[in-house]
Amino acid sequence: MSQKDGPLSSCRVLDLTDEKGLFCGKMLVDLGADVIKIEPPGGDPCRNVGPFYRDIPDPEKSLYWLSFNTGKRGITLNIEVSDGRRIFRQLVERADIVIESYEPGYLDSLGLGYSDLSQINPGLILTSISPFGETGPYKDFKASDIVVMALSGYMSLSGDPDRPPVRTSFPIAYCFGAAGAAAGTMIAYYHRELTGEGQWVDASAQQAVASALLNARMHWDLNRVELKRAGPYRVGLSAQGKQLINFRCKDGYVNFVMFGGKTGAKTNRGLTQWMESEGMGSDFMNEIDWDSFDMARVSQDDFDRFEGDIERFFLTRTKSELYEEGSKRGVTIYPISTIRDVFEDPQLEARDFWQRVEHPELDATLLYPGPFVKCSQTQLRPPSRAPRIGEHNQEIYHNELGMSPEELVMLRQAKAI
Amino acid sequence: MKQALEGVKVADFSWVGVGPIIARILAHHGATVVHIESETAPDPLRALAPYKDNISGLNRCAYHACLNDGKYGVTLNLRHPKAKGVVERFVEWADVVSESFAPGVAARLGISYEDVREVKPDIIMYSSCNLGQTGPHARFRGFGTNLVALVGTTHLTGWPDRMPTPPYGALTDVIAPLFGVSALVAALDYHRKTGKGQYLDLSQFESTVHFLTPLILDYQANGRVAQRTGNTSPYAAPHGVYPCKGHDRWCAIAVHTPEEWKAFCKVIDNPDWTKDPRFSSVLARRRNEEELNRLIGEWTIGLSAEEVMVKMQEAGMAAGVVETPGTIQDNPQLKHRHHYRALEHPEIGLHHYDATPFTLSKTPCDLKMPGPCLGQHNEYVYTKILGISDEEFVALLGEGVFE
Amino acid sequence: MTSKEVFHDVKVVDFTWAGAGPITTKYLADYGATVVRIESRSRPGLLRTTPPYKDGIPGVDRAAYFGIYNPNKYGMTINMNHSQGMELVKRLIAWADVVAESFTVGVMEKWGLSYEEITKIKPDVIMIRTNMQGHTGPHCRLPGTGVNLVGISGYAHLCGWPDRLPSNPYGPYTDTIAPRFGAAMLIAALDYRRKTGKGQLIDVSQFEAGVNFIAPVMMDYFVNGRVANRRGNYSPRAAPHNAYRCKGQDTWCVIAVFTEEEWKAFCEAVGSPDWTKDERFSFFLGRKAHEPELDCFVEEWTLNRTAEEVMALMQAKGVAAGVVETSADLHRDPQLKHRNHFWVMDHRELGSFSYFGQAAVLSGTPAQPRMPSPCLGEHNEHVCREILEMSEAEFDELLVEGVFD
Repeated sequence: MSQKDGPLSSCRVLDLTDEKGLFCGKMLVDLGADVIKIEPPGGDPCRNVGPFYRDIPDPEKSLYWLSFNTGKRGITLNIEVSDGRRIFRQLVERADIVIESYEPGYLDSLGLGYSDLSQINPGLILTSISPFGETGPYKDFKASDIVVMALSGYMSLSGDPDRPPVRTSFPIAYCFGAAGAAAGTMIAYYHRELTGEGQWVDASAQQAVASALLNARMHWDLNRVELKRAGPYRVGLSAQGKQLINFRCKDGYVNFVMFGGKTGAKTNRGLTQWMESEGMGSDFMNEIDWDSFDMARVSQDDFDRFEGDIERFFLTRTKSELYEEGSKRGVTIYPISTIRDVFEDPQLEARDFWQRVEHPELDATLLYPGPFVKCSQTQLRPPSRAPRIGEHNQEIYHNELGMSPEELVMLRQAKAI
Repeated sequence: MKQALEGVKVADFSWVGVGPIIARILAHHGATVVHIESETAPDPLRALAPYKDNISGLNRCAYHACLNDGKYGVTLNLRHPKAKGVVERFVEWADVVSESFAPGVAARLGISYEDVREVKPDIIMYSSCNLGQTGPHARFRGFGTNLVALVGTTHLTGWPDRMPTPPYGALTDVIAPLFGVSALVAALDYHRKTGKGQYLDLSQFESTVHFLTPLILDYQANGRVAQRTGNTSPYAAPHGVYPCKGHDRWCAIAVHTPEEWKAFCKVIDNPDWTKDPRFSSVLARRRNEEELNRLIGEWTIGLSAEEVMVKMQEAGMAAGVVETPGTIQDNPQLKHRHHYRALEHPEIGLHHYDATPFTLSKTPCDLKMPGPCLGQHNEYVYTKILGISDEEFVALLGEGVFE
Repeated sequence: MTSKEVFHDVKVVDFTWAGAGPITTKYLADYGATVVRIESRSRPGLLRTTPPYKDGIPGVDRAAYFGIYNPNKYGMTINMNHSQGMELVKRLIAWADVVAESFTVGVMEKWGLSYEEITKIKPDVIMIRTNMQGHTGPHCRLPGTGVNLVGISGYAHLCGWPDRLPSNPYGPYTDTIAPRFGAAMLIAALDYRRKTGKGQLIDVSQFEAGVNFIAPVMMDYFVNGRVANRRGNYSPRAAPHNAYRCKGQDTWCVIAVFTEEEWKAFCEAVGSPDWTKDERFSFFLGRKAHEPELDCFVEEWTLNRTAEEVMALMQAKGVAAGVVETSADLHRDPQLKHRNHFWVMDHRELGSFSYFGQAAVLSGTPAQPRMPSPCLGEHNEHVCREILEMSEAEFDELLVEGVFD
């Protein structure tokens, strides 16, 4: 493992997180840190989260685990027993950052909270990642992705109006919170490197997701206007009608948003001409002067006519065709990509975004997302395989901490590692 | 109080979403940030609602203000022949330069990394755009909902029997900055230690795709193309959003384990239907999920969303009110976290800004200045920060350089 | 034999002697088989001539050691050197399903009773031969008993104190291991024969059976080259883990603390004195590093209590502990009483005698104490007349011929 990759090459992180924080450790790995993932003996419960490689539920085959633990080294350690805590404290002495996502107060109860750890290592940064924060009326709330999405307000704005609000079917709240935690950790690290002073970073997933409300919240804040979910229609447009923004096309769906005035003129004109040139022109659209087109004056009837004509045209083209050809003509049409579309996206391909990772234990090679930022000087570390259970016990416990094989056997039998 | 990034100087040429958000997070932690716009080309965000009292105006726009708080605001006409000199002074002053134009535009405006590096070889620069600085689609135009669609999240949101419905707004605009800040601060640290700057190319598409990695791997390993499933989960039932008392009020509930199921049944007073074998295990409940949800809805509808949440949480289950834009600012936990900070804006008046989603114990974020009006700090920035003499400032002003 | 017992239709001719063999056939006997022991009046066998005797008075029918392993069996004396004695034996073999023996290799052969020979009499016979080291190989003819085996099978070396000579586990330890394997094989063979009609030869090496139990230690040697050594009462997995002296004369209680929860419970059980808060004992590796000192502290506490008190206090807190019971204690043990571990039956010479029962309780077909152990030759007539259905005349002739001498 090359320590030269990434700007954090001399930084060591102890990663005690679960699903609520794994992604934070992963970002720090990508930035070059040496991240040691600490799992309970027998492996972390997150290894039971699917999907699984070839649908075989096995703690070494969880694709979820593999995704968010790339590049970390892995050890087993049980901090619930005294022997485990002693070892943990030894590791903390040599660490820069500890990240965790236990229930608020849990580490304190073990004598491993910030006040304890900072005594061992005053420059230590402890990042605690939780659904709602380390303090407050919700600190002990049980959470789940859908609950954080709900309590952040973000979920209320998606889904068809005649059905309940709907979340994205794949959980993102915890990744969101963990990414925020990484940003906060980096700021604390910068401060520490400058002053020697460590501190406690308290990251909340609810806050991270709530910030996605953006202008919807501001509508309320300023004018007491409450935006509501509008399904495939544009939210919050105070027009006389609903504006469809998702359209069926030949092989799926595309996203096309019509804007008024100068902002939308080029696209709208481009689309009108394109349709015309393909013999599927819209009389209605041909008549419009797009430069002075005012969305606020559009009636529902008008919207329906646009949409009818446009969808008829879109149905004759694939996502890819509309995207590529559209762009050539200055028409902004985006595919509603499936995972397959994302995986096959030509832009990502051209930027060498997908990185090969060998998995000898699966007898397979998989492609993973590459660096999340392209840096010219300190390239982010390309992804490498997530650790197997206890894979680096020998390296850390024996080679680094100097523990003998007999001690390791005894500690294993005492359920400490 | 000394803040973490005190002394860090940012010349923020970026606009709309990601670029400014990255810069504001730095500002919250003590960096000095100058947001550079132009009257000839104001930040497009200033043209988006909501406005104070619903009356539009470049300085009445909350969207722009809320993404640019903590910054000084100046105007500079980058196309003016004399702008180059001012740009150079910004670059000499700054530790970080940012831009978020479509790829190629920065070069035309004379603020590409190559340009900037000539002035200051160790400058750190970040460029944020939708799809990355290079590649066949680099110059594709696109806005928030477009990216949300491209990255795969729209396809995954909504009901399986209906058209996909997007997650709200410019989601990727809010996710990407967290990656951007992480990398940028790491680059600042590296610069402090080695004296070397660098260029960061941030693509909203690339950073957000990381969240979907398990699905990418699932596609490769198992050939499965993930689909939207409403509010269900493969691992839990009940799992969804239930109607409560009042108009369009909902509470999310997620029950994962057999113990939680028992507790759940107890909370809803163990009605007979809970003993039906159709609901006796997670698999059975998943098979009969529509019916399950309907039955649960019959209970929740009699209670407020808060009551449902509290009863469930007290019994040890994950549950949460579906907050709305109208209720979120009153959420007790967010209030406790001081997530919404009130700042007085010269034209908008008192309104609220999001704090950062993380709190540093010794150097927490501090939101001090509202978003700037267009060119609000021209004189201060140009004369006091950049050190342009009053005479020169007036001369440049007269020539329209600061438009 | 009242209700249907598992082996009610199984017939066994039992040549075994000493410990391992009889314990094996006892499994069949206790569950209803008809087991006929073939002994010799002139050479009564080791256990009939080993103390303890009833009231200390020697006698072939007064030996307790023989008694405990042989309830529920018939006993005959047959002179195998007498041609008619051999006839009788062959007639019994023809009657039997199972032939069991535990002689040194060569003895059965000398009598013309090898497996091959026996299959000529009874083609589907199941023969079980159990001996020290198996019936083939360079050491197969070495005589000996379990007491010797304890040495060569590795147990002796692993028992005792590291700074002293090995001290064996008591008696013919492997004699108590091998029968479990032998009996299981025997019963499997009976089932196989029921399904296929085929008998077979079962060759039990008590050495091999014994070694099975120390397999992990063997694997450590094969893989890691480590030769295990005795370590008193220590365990690499637990501390405290020892036998502690208690109040009274030579009374002891063992305590075994494995996990952190158990350590906490143990500390509570001893009243949380200061030494339990010593940092050195607060974690497992620390307790191991200072184990002798830890044991001293523990024993200071146990010395003031009886072994029963120590056990009760520990068990109440969920810590494994047990009185080191003596033989007297075993007879008083309430749990063993509850399990009907000892079968008390009246014996002509031994009086009211406690036989070993069976360790597993079967709900539908439990083992039964039916008959006390046989006196020497006690059932010669019964077996001939009732089982082989000989006429009175036939029996009398054999008697007169000296076949039973």
